[in-house]
Formats: sequence, C-alpha cells, structure tokens
Amino acid sequence: MKQARPFTITNARVVTPAGIVAGALRCAEGIIIAVGPDVAPQDGDEVIDARGKLVAPGLVDLGVFAVDKPAFHFGGITRAALMPDQSPPLDLPSRVGFIAKSGKPDLWVHPLAAATRALEGSELAELALMQQAGARGIATGRRWIADSGVMLRLLQYAAMLDLVVVAHAEDAGLAGDAVATAGEIATRAGLPAAPAEAEALAIARDIALAELAGAKLHLRQVTTAAGLDLVRAAKARGLPVTCGITPAHFMLSDLATVDYRTFARLSPPLRCEADRQAALAAIADGTVDVIASGHDPRGPEDKRLPFADALPGMAGAETLLAMVLTLVRDGVLDLSRAFDCLARNPARLLGVPAGELSEGLEADIALIDPDAPWIIDRRRMEATADNTPFDRQGAQGRVLGLWKGGVRL
Amino acid sequence: MAFPHRDLTGIGRLARHEILYLLHEAEQWVELNRQSTKHTDLLSGLTIINAFFENSTRTLLSFEIAGKRLGADVVNMHAATSSVKKGETLIDTAITLNAMRADAIVIRHASSGATGLIADKVDCPVLNAGDGQHEHPTQALLDALTLRHALDERGEGAEDFTGLNVVICGDILHSRVARSNILCLTALGANVRVCAPPALMPAGVEAMGVSAFHNFDAALEGADVVMMLRLQSERMSGQFIPSPREYRHLYGLTAERLALARPDALVMHPGPMNRGVEIDSEVADLAGRSLITRQVEMGVAIRMACLDILTREARGVEGWAA
Repeated sequence: MKQARPFTITNARVVTPAGIVAGALRCAEGIIIAVGPDVAPQDGDEVIDARGKLVAPGLVDLGVFAVDKPAFHFGGITRAALMPDQSPPLDLPSRVGFIAKSGKPDLWVHPLAAATRALEGSELAELALMQQAGARGIATGRRWIADSGVMLRLLQYAAMLDLVVVAHAEDAGLAGDAVATAGEIATRAGLPAAPAEAEALAIARDIALAELAGAKLHLRQVTTAAGLDLVRAAKARGLPVTCGITPAHFMLSDLATVDYRTFARLSPPLRCEADRQAALAAIADGTVDVIASGHDPRGPEDKRLPFADALPGMAGAETLLAMVLTLVRDGVLDLSRAFDCLARNPARLLGVPAGELSEGLEADIALIDPDAPWIIDRRRMEATADNTPFDRQGAQGRVLGLWKGGVRL
Repeated sequence: MAFPHRDLTGIGRLARHEILYLLHEAEQWVELNRQSTKHTDLLSGLTIINAFFENSTRTLLSFEIAGKRLGADVVNMHAATSSVKKGETLIDTAITLNAMRADAIVIRHASSGATGLIADKVDCPVLNAGDGQHEHPTQALLDALTLRHALDERGEGAEDFTGLNVVICGDILHSRVARSNILCLTALGANVRVCAPPALMPAGVEAMGVSAFHNFDAALEGADVVMMLRLQSERMSGQFIPSPREYRHLYGLTAERLALARPDALVMHPGPMNRGVEIDSEVADLAGRSLITRQVEMGVAIRMACLDILTREARGVEGWAA
C-alpha cells in the first residue's frame, strides 16, 4: 500500500526533537515533506485537523516477544523489533527474512538476530547473513550469555558488522531458577529469589567486554540502582552503551507480586521500591534511552499457575504510551524526551530512518490525545492475551489516528 | 464468628485470637484421642479429599486419621509425581475435585501459593498441608499446642508465649515449617531467633520480626525452646553445605550444645529426623524435654479442630451459617 495523495495535518502540536511546535506537518509519497509553524496544506492535499492534539512519531518498540498487530496499533506502535526468542528461534537467515516481511505494510517488524545458535549461549549464529536478511540488531534473548569468551567474540563480531547487541543483564549463576528479587516480599512468600546485584554483576561484565570489543551495547532492561549507576558511568566515559526499561519496572515494585499474582511475574523480576525510585531518577536524568513495552502476551496455560511455575512476561503494547505520558504529567521527563525514549532513540539503535518527525523521514505518525482518560481492562484488550499487571487502573493518553508510511491505518 | 475464614491457607492470614481459638478447640480432640474409642460422628456424611501433589507419609496419615475420627469419608489422592506439576492440570484437578462435591480439600503442593490458587477455584474449604516454601499452617499450630501442653505440665502455662525464647535452626530458606512457625510464634508473643548458615538464610527475614543468627551456640544462649528443622540430604552435598558431618559440626543439636540453652530447654523437630546430622539421638530421645513424639500426637488433634471448624458452615452449626 502506497500513500495515494499528499496530506497535511494542521492545527497540531507537533512533537519534534527540538520541542513541541504548534503548526502543521505535510507528507507525500510516504515521507515527511515539511514540519513547522508555517507549513500549510497545498492544493490537492487531504487536510486533517488535529484540533490542537499531539502529532508524534509512531512508536518504535525495541524488544517485543510477539508480533501482535492489533495491540501495537492500539498503542501507536508502527515499528517493533522482535526478540529472537521465537519458536523456532531467529537464528537462521531464512527465519529472519521471513519475519522482516511479516508485518508489512502497516507494521514494520525489525528482527533481532539470535546471538547464538538456539540461543544457547555457546556457538555464534550466522550474524552477517541474518543482517543481510534484514536483522537490525543482535540479541542474546531472554538469557544472559554466561560464557565471557563467547560474549567477547560476539561483541567483536557485532562491532565489525556495526550492529547493536541487545543484552539481557542477569548473572546466570546468581539468578539460577529465581522468580523474585531477594528481600522481605520473596521471603514471606517463599519464592526462589536472587539478589538484585545479579543485574549489576552482569552489566559490569558486559560493559567491560563491549569496551574491549568497541561494540555498541544496549541493555534491554536495567532495573536496579546499581545497574543504572554502571550505565551512567559508562556513558560518562563516552562508551556507546545504552539502556532501556519497561513500564512495569518504573510503575511497580515487588509489592505487586504479593498474593502470587502471576501477571507480575516478569524477567527480570520486579524490584524493591528503592530500585523503582532509582529507575525514575535514571529516566529523568537521561541514563535511560529507551522505554519499551516488552510485549509478551501469555494465555492462561502459561499464567494460571502457581507463581514459580508460571512463565514470565506481560502484555504491554497497549499501555506503553499511557504509562510514559504518566511520567510526563509527573514531571519526570518532558514530551520531547518521552518520544526520544519511545521512538527516536530505538530507531537510531536499529538504524532505521524513522522515529522522529523530521523532513525526509518515513511518515510514521501518531495523532494522540495525551489527556484522554480510560480504564485499562484486561477483558477488553486488543492483544492476543490479557496478562497486564495494570488491570483496572486508570490511565490517560489515547491514540486517535495512526499512519504508517503515510497510509492511515 | 470466632473463625471467619473459609480456608486455612496460612498462619499469615490469622489474627492472634484466631490462632488461640484453634488451639482451644483442639483440646477436646486431644482428650478424645486419648480414649480407647476415638470416634465421633460429627462429620458423618461429609467427604474430605486429601490431594497430595508432593510425597508425604506423616502429614497425609495425620489428616486421614483426623478425618476418620471425626466420622467423615476420607479419600486420598496421590498425585505426587512431577508430571502433574504442570499446566492447567493443577486447576483442572481442583475443578474436578470440586465437581465431586468434596466438603473439604486438603492440599500439599511443591509450589508456593498453589493452595491459594486452588482455593480460588473451589466452593469448599481448602486446608494447606504445605505449599512449596511458603506455609505449613497445621504444623505451626500443632507445635504451638505441643508447647502449650508442655509448659502447662511444668506449671509455666500462660495464655500465650510472651517472653518465651524460641530458636529455630536449620534450612530456614527452603522451609515452610519455619515460615509458619515464625508467624505463629511471633503472633503469640515469643522471641524468635532463626539460625542457619548464610546460604540457607532468606534475605530480609528480620522483617518478619525475628533475629537472625549464623552461630548456633550464640543463638542457643538463654533459649527456652530449640526447634530443629530437617535438612534435605540433597542440600548437604556441596551446593549449600559441604557435607553432613560439616553441618553437624556447626548446626547439629548435640547434648553439649543443648547445654548452652536454658537448663530445662525443650526440644522439638517436625520430623522425619536425620539422626546424627541435625539432631543427635541422645537429644531426640531425651525424656521430659524432647517433645518430638508429642508433636505427632498433637498433629491429629489440631487437624481435627481445623476440619471441624472449617466445615461448621456447611454443617449448619448454629452461629456459623453464612
């Protein structure tokens, strides 16, 4: 599907990297042609009146576990980077090539290549061939690569290919079969738990190896004060280290797991309140580059189980935008930076020409009412499963319209 | 209502006066169990299902005897193979048991929280006979009842355990018995010390109102009661503890070590014991001070009390109807 005729969205508050601009945005042939206060519709344009609402880049969701188009579109997501933890895993060029085309035209899926065969952490997968097949990054998957030698060789290879390595940061020896963070809550519940330091330990190693290899390292979820401090320090030294987080870890603490609520069974597990506060501070000071949904829809066969037997993950695509807008209202970050975290930074990491409303980039656009109130209700979700830990919470911010490559969805 | 709970999923859900009520109600069953005819028809016509997803001999037998002495029809379901741990099976099993119109279901399961999950799906009272590393409430109640009897016999009985120093020693991390006892004993006013090597001590356990020790000798000082926990043999092969004899060296309750506690200190163990590892035979069999066989006796009475109380609503006992 191609954009049939040019359109201009007028009377908008346009989110640009430089700030919010009151004005209009004009697109033609799937590309943003002009943005600014003086932009006006031209003859033959379709004119869309934004009525003063927000016009923002379509979200680029870095690190989802399922392609779930209705949920992504509900949440304003126009591009999603898919984790290699599929069945079978994305460790062959043919699988990557198939996935890269799977969402088009109205959703672009950017596959992340499995770092190692079968994601077992021992033998490198065919990374260059997967890059040629459409992989936009390399991911270690749900697990940490325990063997430091393998991780170093992976990072060196990735540096050569100029691909970012998306890593999961939990020291495997400490984490073991833990399903919770060690502390009072896990102790009372009698859940297998690992110390929060398992994260910092893994990050320290991975940063050291990335520096040695000269590789770009993206830590998909950093959730502890100690881990965030390490990322902050690495950035201060000028290393190409970035990190992300999902809303669960800045909205919830391990208190949400009381009564064995499996929708709050996540990987890494929810942390203590002090770590949650540290995550908010790291979002505020720019240590966190990416806020992603970690979308991982799971049905009752995976979730209606005793806590430790349930599989980790949450359906997050529909609530991502509203949760980040909560941070904007709370003054943690401004709108421009919010969309840096939601679109611009992940697009840059993936090397795709999108993620911001600038001339010449893809017309992936979301028309958003940032204040529209709604109740998150798991019985009425678009996602393929209802496992949200935010069920029955109030939220603000809804997508009114979405364009992918200039085509309205 | 003296006991407003439909289920018994954990001591953590009970208030002090509810624990005391359960202990009080058990006394009549202690009496009955000491008669030659140990039977009543109180629960006649009711069906109790013991669904044990994890191996058990003692607890299962104790619940079975309790149900039968109360006149109920007791059925045991052994599902203690690891293959039944997975998937919908657990909830499907619960729904199946419910469809058979059980009047009470007793559950043991290897996963923490499993009992609560089942309780949400069935229409009858559910009793937790041990869920993972979470709780084993009837064990804590029977321990409290045992302790109360022993203190009464010495003329030291009081309404609760205020001021009593209790040491719980062993694998605190993996023990549901420890968690239930910590909750029960602290609710009844005891000073609880827990003692374990660092690898077997759960993080933040002090938040449960206990003091934590790694040095058993130090923990024993001034102790009125020493409660030993069973150490699983697979945890003594190097993962947590280098060897059984090394464990005994640091944490075994020997006669010499017991001498560090109060002169008349009482000894308890939930069983089954590893004699010569966590407890020496000499101590386990100490007449007048070891309460280990008494614990087993009280177990039946406590379980009778729980089954009686939780089925009162269904039986239409006056004052207990919904």
